[in-house]
Amino acid sequence: MVQERLSMVVFSGTLDKLMPVGILASGAVAMGLEVNIFLTFWGLLAFRKGAAQSLPISKEYEAMAEQMKQIMAEKKVPSFLDNLRTAKELGNVKVYACGMTMDLFGLKLEDLEDVVDGVVGVGEFITTAKEGKMTLFI
Amino acid sequence: MADKVIDARGSFCPGPMMELIRAVKEAKVGETIAVLSTDSGSKRDIPLWVQKAGHELVGVIEHKGYDEIVVRKLR
Repeated sequence: MVQERLSMVVFSGTLDKLMPVGILASGAVAMGLEVNIFLTFWGLLAFRKGAAQSLPISKEYEAMAEQMKQIMAEKKVPSFLDNLRTAKELGNVKVYACGMTMDLFGLKLEDLEDVVDGVVGVGEFITTAKEGKMTLFI
Repeated sequence: MADKVIDARGSFCPGPMMELIRAVKEAKVGETIAVLSTDSGSKRDIPLWVQKAGHELVGVIEHKGYDEIVVRKLR
């Protein structure tokens, strides 16, 4: 049987758009899927060490930003990094940084959070994604 | 009475399901595990996971303010 797979291109670097990345990865792992994540541009910058602590909310939802941050802190909602760590612990989740973005911003793998597995080119991501039925652009 | 009870009340989707999956991995075949959840997705998601993972859904009990989902590890 071919292993089912969820692929995600994570382009956005705002907190509200990164939350579902961790949650969808967890759900996919629970339902027996592999997860293949490609971090690019603002999405990759959000995975720089420590960056997750001070991420903005998407412009169109800015009016809700303070309320969202307050609710999340109050109810102790796990961060997207924590959700990704849990998903990685329970299943096969690979998180890759886009090589082009790395070069553009002069980043090295050690500048990124520990959940990032490596650096790949777009060709490798597409090759992996095309074997799966589901690919999301976030 | 389940062999193990996980109190995941207050934890948000998919927290209770992920805690249950971890507990089932660590349990012995035949053991039952109950998860208590205030997350509204759990009582729909967990039965789907149980089916997918090949375990047995012993029951979904709705208590006041939370759900109790009981699973038996089959393999």
